[in-house]
Amino acid sequence: MTAATAFFQDADFITAAYVVAFSMFITGLAKLTSPTTAVQGNKIAAVGMLIAVLATLLDPALDGADFALIAGGLIIGTIVGVPAARNVKMTAMPQMVALFNGVGGGAVALIAWAEFRELGGDLSADLAVGIPLVFAAIIGSISFWGSNIAFGKLQGLISGSPVKIPAGLFVNIALLAAAIGAGVAILLGSESEGLFILILVAAAILGNLSVLPIGGADMPVVISTLNAFTGLSAAAAGIALNNYALIVAGMIVGASGTILTDQMAKAMNRSIGSVLLGGFGGEAPAVEGGAGETGGTVRSTSAADVAILLAYARQVVVVPGYGMAVAQAQHAVREMAKALEKKGIEVKYAIHPVAGRMPGHMNVLLAEADVPYDQLKEMDDINPEFGRTDVSLVIGANDVTNPDARLKADSPIYGMPILNVDESKQVIVLKRSMASGFAGIENPLFFNEKTQMLFGDAKSSVAEITSELGGL
Amino acid sequence: MTSTILTNLAILVLAAFVGFQVISKVPNTLHTPLMSGTNAIHGIVLLGGLVAIGHAEGFLSRLLLVIAIAFGTINVVGGFLVTDRMLSMFKKKPEPVADGEDEP
Repeated sequence: MTAATAFFQDADFITAAYVVAFSMFITGLAKLTSPTTAVQGNKIAAVGMLIAVLATLLDPALDGADFALIAGGLIIGTIVGVPAARNVKMTAMPQMVALFNGVGGGAVALIAWAEFRELGGDLSADLAVGIPLVFAAIIGSISFWGSNIAFGKLQGLISGSPVKIPAGLFVNIALLAAAIGAGVAILLGSESEGLFILILVAAAILGNLSVLPIGGADMPVVISTLNAFTGLSAAAAGIALNNYALIVAGMIVGASGTILTDQMAKAMNRSIGSVLLGGFGGEAPAVEGGAGETGGTVRSTSAADVAILLAYARQVVVVPGYGMAVAQAQHAVREMAKALEKKGIEVKYAIHPVAGRMPGHMNVLLAEADVPYDQLKEMDDINPEFGRTDVSLVIGANDVTNPDARLKADSPIYGMPILNVDESKQVIVLKRSMASGFAGIENPLFFNEKTQMLFGDAKSSVAEITSELGGL
Repeated sequence: MTSTILTNLAILVLAAFVGFQVISKVPNTLHTPLMSGTNAIHGIVLLGGLVAIGHAEGFLSRLLLVIAIAFGTINVVGGFLVTDRMLSMFKKKPEPVADGEDEP
C-alpha cells in the first residue's frame, strides 16, 4: 500500500469526508425550503451523497469485500432507479416517491438481517448493537411494506378507498407485540434466525395492515410519515454499524420528516393521529348516479348545451383538477378558452393549492398549454370572484370544490380551504362518472340545483364543447 | 464500548435537533419536493450495505446485502433525480419546447 492510499483509507480521512457530506446535506435541506434556492439545494445534497459514497468505498473495512458484488448492486440500482425517475409521469410523482422510500426501508431491513447473520445470531453480547438492529429490522420492514401499499393505492393497483380491517387496531397491536417479543427473545440470547425472520414478517404484515385502511387522499401524509420512519431506521442501522454518516443523515431525515409530516397534515386540515388511525371517507358510500345522501338528483347535460351556456356568459372560471391532468385535457381546455375569448368572454383559471395532488403541478400543466400566466388565479384571489361568475367549469376536480368543507361541521374535510364554486350562477362539472373523489366522500355540489354534469372523458368533452362553440 | 455508544447517541441527538431546526416553515408548494429530497437523503443506507458487505460471509448474507445496495442506490439516484424534475416545474418560464421528460 502506498502512502497516498494509506492516507485516503485512513478512518479520520473518511470521517472528515462524512463531515463535509453532512454540511452539504444540511445546507441542501435548508435551501430546499425556499422556492428560489430549492433546485440548488437538491444538487448540493446530491453531491454530498456522492462524497459520502466515495469515501465509504475507501473504507478499510471494505478491503475484504468482493467489489464485483458492490459494483453489481450499484449498477442494478442505477439501471432501475434512473429510468424510473426520468420516465415517471408528473401525475405519478407521489407514488414514485413512495416507492423510492420503500426500497430505502427495505435496504435497512435487509442490512439488519445480514448483520444478524454475521453476528452468528448473538445479539445479546452487545446490546448497543443488538437493540438498534432489532429496531432497524422492525421499522425498515414496516416502511418497505407500508410504502408499497401507498404506491399501490396511488397507482390504482389497490382500491384507493379505505379498506376496513376487522379489529384492525387490535390486530396491529398484536403484530407489533409479536415483532417486539421476538426481538426481546433474540436480545436475551436466542440465536434463532427463525425468530429474526418472524420480526421482519410481523412488521411486514403490520406495514400492510396499517396503510390499507387509510384513504387515498391522506397518502401524502402517510408517505411523509414512512419517510421519517426510514430515516429513523437508517439512523438505528448506523448505530449498529457504528457509521456516523448513517446516524447523522438518517436522524436528520427522521426529525425533519416528522416536522414536514406535521406541516403537511396541517395544510390538509388533518391531524397525523387521525390519518394513521384511518377511516377517512369510509363513512359516506360512493354514489352511483341518481339520488345521493343529500336527497338531490344529478342533472346531466350535453356538450351542445354547455356550449350555449358558455357562449352567453360574461365571465367563465375554469376549475382544473387531477382529472384534467390525467386526461391530458389542458391543451383542449386552452383551445376552448381561446374560442370563448374570441367571443369577448373573460376566462380565468382557479388554482387550488393542492390541485393535481401535487402543489404547483397545475400551474405547470397549464403553462405548458400556453395559458397566459395572469389568467391563473390563486384560491384567495378567485374566491371573491365566483359571485360574479356566470359559469364555473369544473374539469376533473372534486374534493377541492366540496362545499361541505365550509358548511358541514361533521364532514371529514370540514375546514379545508376550498374553491367556492357553488357561489357562481351556473356550475358545469366534467366528470367521468359519479364515483366519489379521492377523499372518498360525497360532494353535494353535484346535487346543487345550479349544477349540471357533463359525463365523459374530459379531453373529448372539452373538444366537443369547443367545436359546438364554433357553430354558434 | 460504552464510550462508543455514548458518542453515537450524542451525535444522534444533535442530528435530531439539526433536523428539527432546518425545516422551520415550508411553503405548501414545496412540501412534496422537500419530502422527496429528504427521501433521497435517507438513501444513505446504501453506505450501510457497503460497510456490511465488507465483512459478510456466506451466500445468503451477501445476496441480502447486494439487494440492499441495489435498493439503496435506487433510493439515492431515483430520489435526487425525481426531486430535481419536480423542482424544475417551479421555474418561472418553462422551456417552450418540452425536453422529453414530460408526459406524452
